[in-house]
Amino acid sequence: MSAVSKMAFDNAYEAITEENDARWAYGTGFTDPLAGVDTTVPAEVDGADLAAYCLMLGDDALILSHRLQQWCTHAPELEDEVALANIGLDLLGQARMLLTRAGKADGSDRTEDSFAFFRAEHEFRNVRLAEAPNGDFAFSMARLLVFATWRLALLQRLTSSIDPVLAAIAAKGVKEVTYHRDYAAQWVVRLGDGTELSHERMQAGLDAVWPLVGELFEPHPVELRLGPAAVDVRELRPEFDEVIAQVLGAATLQVPDAEPLAGVSGKAGRDGVHTEAMGYLLAELQSVARAHPEATW
Amino acid sequence: MVTATATTEMSRAYQVAASVTDPELPMLTLADLGVLREVTEEDGVVRVTITPTYSGCPAMDTMRDDLVHALREAGYRDVDVRTVLHPAWSSDWITEEGRRKLAEAGIAPPGPAPRRSGPIPLTLTPPSSRVPCPKCGSPDTVETARFSATACKALRRCRSCDEPFEHVKEI
Repeated sequence: MSAVSKMAFDNAYEAITEENDARWAYGTGFTDPLAGVDTTVPAEVDGADLAAYCLMLGDDALILSHRLQQWCTHAPELEDEVALANIGLDLLGQARMLLTRAGKADGSDRTEDSFAFFRAEHEFRNVRLAEAPNGDFAFSMARLLVFATWRLALLQRLTSSIDPVLAAIAAKGVKEVTYHRDYAAQWVVRLGDGTELSHERMQAGLDAVWPLVGELFEPHPVELRLGPAAVDVRELRPEFDEVIAQVLGAATLQVPDAEPLAGVSGKAGRDGVHTEAMGYLLAELQSVARAHPEATW
Repeated sequence: MVTATATTEMSRAYQVAASVTDPELPMLTLADLGVLREVTEEDGVVRVTITPTYSGCPAMDTMRDDLVHALREAGYRDVDVRTVLHPAWSSDWITEEGRRKLAEAGIAPPGPAPRRSGPIPLTLTPPSSRVPCPKCGSPDTVETARFSATACKALRRCRSCDEPFEHVKEI
């Protein structure tokens, strides 16, 4: 016991001079979030398709996590600042595992960093909902409600994927996204059923998000080809509509009636066709890693 | 066929691994927290299996590093720390000892985690579950925020003694 508690750094100077500098977030030497997990692709699953699918779900989480991080130092209250950062952190954790899974599934052995920092815009497969700028707090809450409601329904079904790694990542995510959905739903109700001004702004936030909803339920050929390894997003719509109706009913808000945002020649986020906001987001997300490609942290 | 020695709780390597503390909840050991899943020894290699509490838990890297250092310090040269994702960590895995230590440190331990089947119900109002105040014991406490300084905790306030406190969430 004494030997162990001694190395737990009673002395701060010892802690920084010792070879173990993990306390300071540099050089832990453990960079693989799936270290030790059996990442063999099941025989009946196509590795390239599985990798593309992991990038879709991973990019959704990575890009929305970045948007949530942008609320840091801008949130209306400290509690919400902490909440938004925690939600962003959960999504970043999901993204790290999914991107790492992609690099194993396609046989390229690319790392999470290689996917996050060194892909071009057209290689990102997130839905456009995730990349939309934060707007005001009402828009951000409307987007989070839509995203978390959809993702929770998706992850819950994904827990029975025939890929055990994807199923395990989904099972962890279900627990986390349950909290994200509740958080967003409570804010939508508070603002919708609040003052005349908050009601108006919350409705405007929902109206602005709605054109991005249609894309969430358009299955991509990769998802359909993967069959029981993936989830057919068309199946999620009834549950999504029911949850949204419950929240908006309590919030005295209207379900918007908006035409889905068109893609380009039928292509959208899942095909790597993004909105103007995506380029600016990636510039911020990737610039440090690209300026110092050999850096480790 | 010789298989790995599945280490019982008596083994020395297990004892060393089990006494490493959580970087963010230093009053708890990894065993108290329920993230230490297995310690085996085979051909001089100690293999430690841990599971993350939350997907984004930033403490995982530090835990791995601390485990390697603690075991090396105790004379095990070859240490391999592995992650296991399934089954997903549940707050139910925090031991009785861990719950007692949390409460002593002023952090309310979690109640039973929800067991679900079918679609997950929405919670539009803060849960009415009664979390007693770890400072004065009053059951009259309210949730002030779902999230706190770490992903695994919520913020609450006691209406009897007015003290804010943290509560490990049920997942």
